[in-house]
Amino acid sequence: MDFLNAIILISNFIIVPAITYGSQLALGAIGVTLIYGVLRFANFAYGDLMAFGTMIVILFTWYLQSKGITFGLLPTALLALPIGILFTIAISLFFDKTIFEYYREKKSNPVTFIVVSLGIMFVLNAVVRIIIGPNDINFMDGHKFIMKAREFKQLTGLNEGLAIKSTQVITLITTIITCSLLFYFLNKTKTGKSMRAYSDNEDLALLSGIDPKKIILLTWVIVSILATVAGTLYGLDKSFKPFTYFNNLLPIFAATIVGGIGNPLGAFYGGFLIAFSEIALTYAYKKFFKYLLPESLEPSTLIQFISTDYKFAISFAILVVVLIFRPNGIFKGKVI
Amino acid sequence: MKNFDIKISFSIMALLIILVGIFQSGGVALSILNLCLISAVMSMGVNIQWGFAGLINFGVMGFLAIGGLATVLVSVPPVIEAWSAGGMGMLVSGAFIIAVVLLIFFINKKLSDYKYKNYLIFLIIILSIPLLKLISGPSISKIESINAATSGFLGGMNLPIIFSWFFGALLSAGVAFVIGKVCLGLRSDYLAISTLLISGIIVSIVKHEEWLSRGVKNVIGLKRPAPYEVNLQSSDWFIRLVEFLNTSKLSKIFDIAERQDLLSKLVITSSGIVVKLCFAFIFLFVVCSLLYFSEKALRSPWGRMMRAIRDNEDAAKAMGKNVVKQHLFIFMLGSAIIGFAGAMLVTYDGLFTPSSYQPLRYTFLIWVMVLLGGTGNNYGAILGAFVVWFIWIQSAPFALYIINLFTSQLDESNAIKLHLINSIPYFRYLMMGLGLLVVMRYRPKGLLPEKVIRN
Repeated sequence: MDFLNAIILISNFIIVPAITYGSQLALGAIGVTLIYGVLRFANFAYGDLMAFGTMIVILFTWYLQSKGITFGLLPTALLALPIGILFTIAISLFFDKTIFEYYREKKSNPVTFIVVSLGIMFVLNAVVRIIIGPNDINFMDGHKFIMKAREFKQLTGLNEGLAIKSTQVITLITTIITCSLLFYFLNKTKTGKSMRAYSDNEDLALLSGIDPKKIILLTWVIVSILATVAGTLYGLDKSFKPFTYFNNLLPIFAATIVGGIGNPLGAFYGGFLIAFSEIALTYAYKKFFKYLLPESLEPSTLIQFISTDYKFAISFAILVVVLIFRPNGIFKGKVI
Repeated sequence: MKNFDIKISFSIMALLIILVGIFQSGGVALSILNLCLISAVMSMGVNIQWGFAGLINFGVMGFLAIGGLATVLVSVPPVIEAWSAGGMGMLVSGAFIIAVVLLIFFINKKLSDYKYKNYLIFLIIILSIPLLKLISGPSISKIESINAATSGFLGGMNLPIIFSWFFGALLSAGVAFVIGKVCLGLRSDYLAISTLLISGIIVSIVKHEEWLSRGVKNVIGLKRPAPYEVNLQSSDWFIRLVEFLNTSKLSKIFDIAERQDLLSKLVITSSGIVVKLCFAFIFLFVVCSLLYFSEKALRSPWGRMMRAIRDNEDAAKAMGKNVVKQHLFIFMLGSAIIGFAGAMLVTYDGLFTPSSYQPLRYTFLIWVMVLLGGTGNNYGAILGAFVVWFIWIQSAPFALYIINLFTSQLDESNAIKLHLINSIPYFRYLMMGLGLLVVMRYRPKGLLPEKVIRN
């Protein structure tokens, strides 16, 4: 019984939150990695692109709600998601046409691209804050919990409860669908293969007749979809605040590099690795050991590797460690 | 023709600040000037790294926070009780950290051929964190419990705050040494991301180690290298000076009580201005001497070597230059200057608020200054700092004017108009972003491009 309690405790406080957070990071990291693989620069505006997509979703959610349309048990935001994606694609392509294309044709160095993406970051930051304001917005509606801790306790008779929020399940399912579609596209379809070829070796791909314009357009479309989905899922699960989205860029970058920049599968694993280490290393295991160890061995301290204040710092530290040991990431980077 | 651009652009900048002094108030103009000068020091630091050596450092925020921490460590009086309660424990922990770092460097040097060297280092780091917690934990809780509301930290050395600027520079250089050892071998974009993330680690340490910096509880009432307004207002010579300077204004009023009233008002406003002027002179001195030295450095053989390394690393290597060593040195030098500026900023504010360090304001804005002003050109970096800070402050009234212009047809209580007016503070980001994009497109080398120096 104690063993089961310990397992449930860990699932409730580590596994379920880490899977959710990891999915959100993974979606974001795949987007950053795709941009890096195809367009060959680190896009610092990505966090704000996520915020922009989520903002559009929120605005349409409000619109739908004002018309009395809801999605039953599911959050209305899922109905507004396609519109958010469309707007994000539009703004991505707009920035590509007006700004990035110029530097691409000039074959500028990666640092110029980074600087330009900083400019776009400032602009998007302002646009989001001007339109929707800098405050916390909770746009989750519909059914909140699939399983409440109390219900679980009554159901199983255990001491520990397992709470599962519906947003956590939605996040997981959406991530599975999005990622399987994406990896099917990249590995099985002709266009996806040409995209990988382009990322692998630009000159060879051009020689074999791949149209770079089409590849780049497609990349922006996929990246915008990923950014909006990741942003909306994060917003549903926690809440929407422009500043948090900007900050999330940092663990996303960490996940991207840890997984090997330019490698989508690596980014996927990287997201989960970062999420699990952030949550597992800051969790206090006192109660966990209380269940498992005999009374005489019970710990007196919290058994916490590092305090929760350093949650973000952990992902950065992992990144630094990876950079020292395997500068190309855990999985070999630079190949889609 | 050579210095023509520089003279004209700086005259325009001076004129703009004077105009602010005339139309808004002298105090506003002086505080803009002071922050422009501080920003100029920051942007010169970044310029040394990026413009001279081509190192992309997105960790500006971290070094500024270290400089800010230095002001606390140097100028605040020590909390004796805290020292006696937990000082020993903290010293032991400090010695432990130094021992671990030395051990890692030793392993790195001596066992460089050992296959599992990296794993050994990793293991040491992982083991040392819980050990460190075990050693320092009791002392930290003791220190933080002493007068938690007013102190709850170790305090500093009670020295004049000017020393902290140099101490901040030293501390930053030390941290830059460690970061540089780890990261400088990386490619440009990796370096950008990793320095950004490391600065995040630094800020979260400064924010959460309350025994060191009071963390989110802030440290207020720091010392000043300039006189205090209150002291000025109560000193005789100052009142007489203000009276003398405003004789014509005062002599027009005949009622004695009214005259006294005006005089005390004048004393209050001019005391603020005098304090800011004192700061401005100190900052101006710093900027000028820094400019002098970096111009000298740029023209010296060392500066030529740095540019050679920046423009063609392989060729410089082939000529026998130690690129790795020079990169590390210039990374430390630039970070030291940024740390110096961080200490100046906290000194000017008079308070240390770790939670205010955010990458947008303290890293990317400084970068915009350098890129806008002109990379590789010291005058450009200074000009960039002035222009960007001026826009940053003055964008609010400007945005208000634009909004009123475009919505003049709308009713005063129109929802859209009110919403726009409420979001005026964010128009500065928009202007920064658009400014950066425009400059990168049409003047990619900045407002004052780097001059090719021919000896």
